[in-house]
Amino acid sequence: MTAIQKCLVVAAAGLSMLGVGCGGSSSGSKSVITTTGQNVAAIAVNAGPDGSYVNGAFVSVTVCAPSSSTCQTVPDILVDTGSSGLRILSSALTVSLPQQNGSSGPVAECLPFVSGFTWGAVQTADVQIGSENASGVPIQVIGETTFPVPNGCRSNGQSLDTLQALGANGLLGVGEFAADCGPACAATGGGNPGLYYQCPSAGCVVAAEAVADQVVNPVALFATDNNGVIVELPTVNGSAGTLSGSLVFGIGTQSNNALGNATVYTVDDFGNFTTTYKGQNYPGSFIDSGSNGYFFLDSATTGIPNCTNATGFYCPTSTQNLTATNQGTNGASGTVNFSVGNAETLFLNLNDSVFGDLGGPGQDFDWGLPFFYGRNVFVAIEGKSTPGGTGPYWAY
Amino acid sequence: MKRTVSICCGATFGATGRFAVCLCGLVFCGLPLNLFAVLGGSEASVQTDQAHMQASLKSSNTGPYRVHEMQTASGIVVREYAAGGTVFGVAWEGPWRPDMQQLLGSYFEAYQQALEAQSGVRHGRTPVHIALPGLVVNMGGHMRSFRGNAYIPDMLPQGVAEKEIR
Repeated sequence: MTAIQKCLVVAAAGLSMLGVGCGGSSSGSKSVITTTGQNVAAIAVNAGPDGSYVNGAFVSVTVCAPSSSTCQTVPDILVDTGSSGLRILSSALTVSLPQQNGSSGPVAECLPFVSGFTWGAVQTADVQIGSENASGVPIQVIGETTFPVPNGCRSNGQSLDTLQALGANGLLGVGEFAADCGPACAATGGGNPGLYYQCPSAGCVVAAEAVADQVVNPVALFATDNNGVIVELPTVNGSAGTLSGSLVFGIGTQSNNALGNATVYTVDDFGNFTTTYKGQNYPGSFIDSGSNGYFFLDSATTGIPNCTNATGFYCPTSTQNLTATNQGTNGASGTVNFSVGNAETLFLNLNDSVFGDLGGPGQDFDWGLPFFYGRNVFVAIEGKSTPGGTGPYWAY
Repeated sequence: MKRTVSICCGATFGATGRFAVCLCGLVFCGLPLNLFAVLGGSEASVQTDQAHMQASLKSSNTGPYRVHEMQTASGIVVREYAAGGTVFGVAWEGPWRPDMQQLLGSYFEAYQQALEAQSGVRHGRTPVHIALPGLVVNMGGHMRSFRGNAYIPDMLPQGVAEKEIR
């Protein structure tokens, strides 16, 4: 069923359509995409810098040596609401940035992602996205070779430190947390998860890193419009070649970023809410623009076959139209209609990089980029005040 | 080589590294790596894991298997499933990832190779779903929230469903 058909069904049911969007969901804010304003950066969903990405939302980010006009605009940075902090491949970076130093030596970080890790030096930059500016932002320069990857970092699995592995020139983590690690990495002793290292000539060792020195969501350091973002992408009926949308900074700080009738879904300490599917609650669910499909449960639970060749995706014999309910820790809830097609069939069209019906197995519900198509999604940063309450939360 | 050296803070090799660890105050361990092989290893290796992670340990019997649940100071919960004296499955959840090399033991290499083989033609960031003949690994989540499991299909006790390993 297309989004238009869904609207007709809702209208036929006699429900009021006033203020209700028809962007592929039975609830949520009206999906109008803001394209003008100093707080707006263009998003392109396309195949990315190595031409192979599926459902990747990319922006350009300008980094400058602090307090200088020595700057570089790096294109094709993936917008990731599932992480926090700016990470750029050293191979994509030509501007020289100052290294952050700790008491024992230069600071580097090993950041675990689900599929692997990024490793690299922590450096400082002034960051500009759209017309918004943040000064003195700690960022991670990944894949640079000054400091060899420690063994303890390799234990996370696969290195994502190359263009080939990452499929992007970097990641712009605009998630609900400000610092990437938070107080845990500032602690000494066994409670420290060991993400930050200091690298004297003898080699890199895990070290405590103050929260203020950690790699941080740059939005939280903007002079204005710093309480969150909106990811705005148009509706997709099935598949498309590319999409254009916007990354809007601030929530309720300008005339173009009001919450409107979006529903606020607050989250737990881990940044998760509950998705209910077929009567079962899945409390570790989340919204993540950096995941490239709807990833949920497993084949045994859903009854949807896994693909044989496109590992990690579902391959139903016909497109499955499904419904789930999201519930915030604040009790707000709303249904989500979504469709899962056959990934191997979808991928046959090599000209398409936008797949609204892409799904696969996962842990609980990971509402990836297809969730954003036709739905403006607000991400409020922890501790920041907004008209919808203090972050963290999602709203849509 | 890897099996004979010590690791400290999951960070570096050798005596110099260990000395530096003591200075930095983050005392993790200096245990030989070959003791960490838990998945597919003996049930006794659960204690080694507990020591490595400086975790609390709680064990319980559930039908045909025993569950050893550990919680680290950093908030990671690891559950190790054992039957017949062998650990046949592990599951984890928490704000960070456990040391996969430690948990998967001798299966880590296969896991890593499968991950790299998967980053194939059409790309993107997806959860981990690896199903080899002798090893299944699932992992998902996001920064500050990771969850997953790994098990050896042939070692699952009769009547135990895969999704019990969580």
